[in-house]
Amino acid sequence: MARRVLIIEDEPNIIEAISFILTRDGWQVDTHSNGHDAVSVVQARAPDLVILDVMLPGRSGYDILTDLRALPATQDLPVLMLTARGQARDRELAEKAGASRFMTKPFSNADVIEALNALVAE
Amino acid sequence: MGTLNILIAVCLAYVALLFGVAFMAERAALKGRGNWLRSPWIYTLSLSIYCTAWTFYGAVGYAARSGLEFVTIYLGPSLVMVGWWWALRKMVRIGRTQRITSVADLISSRYGKSGLLAVCVTLLALIGITPYISLQLQSVTLSFSSFAVSDAEGAALIAAHDTALWVAIGLALFTILFGTRNLDANERHHGVVMAIAVEAVVKLFALIAVGVFVVWGLAGGIGPMLERIDASEIGAWQMDRGRWFGLTFLSAAAFLTLPRMFQVLVVENEDEGHLRTAAWAFPTYLFLMSLFVVPIAVVGLELMPAGANPDQFVLTVPLSQGQDGLAMLSFLGGFSSATSMVIVASIALSTMVSNHIVMPIFLRVTRGGASGPSDVRHVVILARRISIGIVLTLGYFYYKISGGGTALAAIGLVSFAGLAQLLPAMMGGIFWRGATRNGAFAGLVTGFVLWAYCLLLPQFGGGLPVAVVEQGPWGIGWLRPHALFGIQGMDPLLHAVMWSLLLNATVFVLVSIASFPSPLERLQGAQFVNIFEHSNNPQSWSGGVAQSEDLMIMAQRILGPAEVQSFFQAEAARQGLAGFLPEPTPDFLARLERELSGAVGGATAHAMVAQIMGAATVSVEDLLAVADETAQMMEYSSQLEAKSNELTRTARQLRAANDKLTKLSVQKDAFLSQISHELRTPMTSIRAFSEILRDADGLKAQDLTRYASIIHAEAIRLTRLLDDLLDLSVLENGQVNLNIREGTLADVISHAIAAAGADMHPLKVRRIGPASDIMLRTDLDRLAQVFINLIANAQKYCDAERPELVIEVNRRSGRIIVDFIDNGTGIAPDAQGMIFEKFYRVSDRQAGGAGLGLAICREIMDRLGGTLGYLPGQGGAAFRVSLPVAQWMAAR
Repeated sequence: MARRVLIIEDEPNIIEAISFILTRDGWQVDTHSNGHDAVSVVQARAPDLVILDVMLPGRSGYDILTDLRALPATQDLPVLMLTARGQARDRELAEKAGASRFMTKPFSNADVIEALNALVAE
Repeated sequence: MGTLNILIAVCLAYVALLFGVAFMAERAALKGRGNWLRSPWIYTLSLSIYCTAWTFYGAVGYAARSGLEFVTIYLGPSLVMVGWWWALRKMVRIGRTQRITSVADLISSRYGKSGLLAVCVTLLALIGITPYISLQLQSVTLSFSSFAVSDAEGAALIAAHDTALWVAIGLALFTILFGTRNLDANERHHGVVMAIAVEAVVKLFALIAVGVFVVWGLAGGIGPMLERIDASEIGAWQMDRGRWFGLTFLSAAAFLTLPRMFQVLVVENEDEGHLRTAAWAFPTYLFLMSLFVVPIAVVGLELMPAGANPDQFVLTVPLSQGQDGLAMLSFLGGFSSATSMVIVASIALSTMVSNHIVMPIFLRVTRGGASGPSDVRHVVILARRISIGIVLTLGYFYYKISGGGTALAAIGLVSFAGLAQLLPAMMGGIFWRGATRNGAFAGLVTGFVLWAYCLLLPQFGGGLPVAVVEQGPWGIGWLRPHALFGIQGMDPLLHAVMWSLLLNATVFVLVSIASFPSPLERLQGAQFVNIFEHSNNPQSWSGGVAQSEDLMIMAQRILGPAEVQSFFQAEAARQGLAGFLPEPTPDFLARLERELSGAVGGATAHAMVAQIMGAATVSVEDLLAVADETAQMMEYSSQLEAKSNELTRTARQLRAANDKLTKLSVQKDAFLSQISHELRTPMTSIRAFSEILRDADGLKAQDLTRYASIIHAEAIRLTRLLDDLLDLSVLENGQVNLNIREGTLADVISHAIAAAGADMHPLKVRRIGPASDIMLRTDLDRLAQVFINLIANAQKYCDAERPELVIEVNRRSGRIIVDFIDNGTGIAPDAQGMIFEKFYRVSDRQAGGAGLGLAICREIMDRLGGTLGYLPGQGGAAFRVSLPVAQWMAAR
């Protein structure tokens, strides 16, 4: 059975790119594009893995992740955080919020696939 | 009959003259021509209401009965004026700064604006003064009768008509007319004061005229007069030291505590400096008043038949010698003395009664000034008028009941002794910070009860059964009213004064020491005692959530709208605010309270403000203010303060500089972070898709094209972003080169519409206004850039079903105004302030921009000398571009 990934990201072009490479790698891809209801969407769809952007309309990725980690169902869910803000402080914030992995935009496609596979293997 | 008719005519003419004088003085004061009204001489003459009918007629009677003892009545006030002027000055200063309206107000204000104390003092004064007022009515009636003795028809006339009643009614009318013209009891009654000054001159002149007639006309000069005095009983008079000192003290105390004296000394005082003149002029006046008392008494005793009332010698001696004119003058003197006292006393008492009894009840019934149903001003004035009526009615009835038999001097002294009970609370309040409300209250009650028991009740109309007076209540000897605690053989008056004042003062001091004052009391205590150190800053309120508007509504009802509005406006301006509603700072509230207390008294004003402020009368800040004050007094050092101020100032500057730097640094970080995000986002798409294309294994041709075009679009987006950033940076640094050209506004707008591709877009553009008439001289390309941006924004964000943009041109006060108004939902109010910030985006939707467009537009308009702003309330999103006059002219 294909592993299911949920991409939470607001840039349509980036969603399209990530969807393409992950589908090609055999993932079942689902997308969501705003922060307000991200937590309930994750709960409802129960993906194997989440790719989470930081600057989302409505709510920041850090807040969403903090909420997810507080819920029993999602406290161990693998989450890959993507951010366009590449400062050291952003990485710290992501770790504090409980990100399983952290990657800076722009990224290499191969790195994303590799990171995802590593996360599900853990 | 003839004499009496003339007398009545003269009397009415005299009253008419007084009305005229009072009326003219009021007019002059109103027109601001009343400088002469504010002279220290008028002030001094107004003090002469101390000399009532009692002094005018009674002093001679007193001398005839008790020799030189009458001098004490003049000695007391003279000593106060000369030796205690500094205490008077303090009282006057307190009265003026705190807008004190009466003795009751003074005492209640000092002890924490206590309503109970005010009521207590008012009642004391009412009880103490009523006999005194009836005394004046009696003396006028007596003097009428003296004229009528020689005239049988006249006597019948006097008997048929109740003279005292007519006098009382006339005085009530005069007082109401001139005493309640202004609401503000703190405002001076120029008319009344002027009339009193005239009366002061008349009574002095009359007494001296009679004296001169007696010495030179009857006795044959100074030498023979002195011989006659030596030969008379008065010459053989022996001084009773106890009575002498006691009476001097009593009259001095009364001078300070009598409500009517307080009225002229403090309330009607125009200028503290007047006290300096009065300090010697008033004793001189008193000296002149007393100069001929003994000669008149001696000659009267010789000439008049045995049993003649010596209280009437001033009148009967000239009458018996056929000197009708002189007697008439003398009658006017006595009449003046009586009327001036009654007028001022009833003004003073009515102020107290209305402020401390009627108004509090009214306010309680109507639940406060702010919510009251009617204009409180009318109520206050009405209350005051009714109170005048009450005071005079009481006086009249007392006269009727007591039968007018008691010697004038005796009634006067009993009154004095009653009012003297206020002395400990009053002087203690002014000079001793430790005095408390409880102490004042306990002392007053003690003193007053003793006075009533030992003096008032035994003296008049059998207030006490004879058995009680002689054996004491229930036969307890040491409780006899004239021999308390077994001290016998003392003069009853002296006995009562000594015990009442001694116990009053003792209880006052002991209870004050034992009780702890409320914060407001301590505050007021400091204000009063240290009035010269820090005038004008009573702080009795602290911030809180007072409703300035409620305060205004309440104040308007009391002071009238015009006055209140200008007061509130001035207060708001003082705080640096526009409009009519100042912040309810302690400072403002204290001033408002002072304004109000001029009209309704301190305790009531405080209660009214308290009602609106919400009960919390005294806050921690007040307590701190008290503590601060004490500390300041203990170790005040202006140098230290200056240094500390300087340090505080420097620290504040440093902190401000630091804040600014921190803010700039935070702004810079945020800006960099934003730029990073804005650059990385398109870069991410470009990198991801280019990698997809590079690894092109099995891509469909249509995907290939699509991904290539995404890369292309993102590259363009990146370029535009870089252009915008560069543009903004250049504009912000002011390094931009403007390309100034001439052209019509219509051309610029047309160019912008075309460049925005509006003809291809569903958004309909409609143009209004005389754009083609307007010639511009500015950077036309930059202006067009602004217009293009605004049109493009409408294209992107206008969410109406049939989107439309109106571009309207107007000329207004030397500026060109171009409005861009669309028919969408517009921009939320909380976002309106943000849209010109860099990187701010209203919508969640990706509309392509980086959020720099409006920031750039605003910078451009800045450079062009114009403005760009959001125009709220237009329905849709609306932007206004305005250009200054220098950049346009009418097209040729």
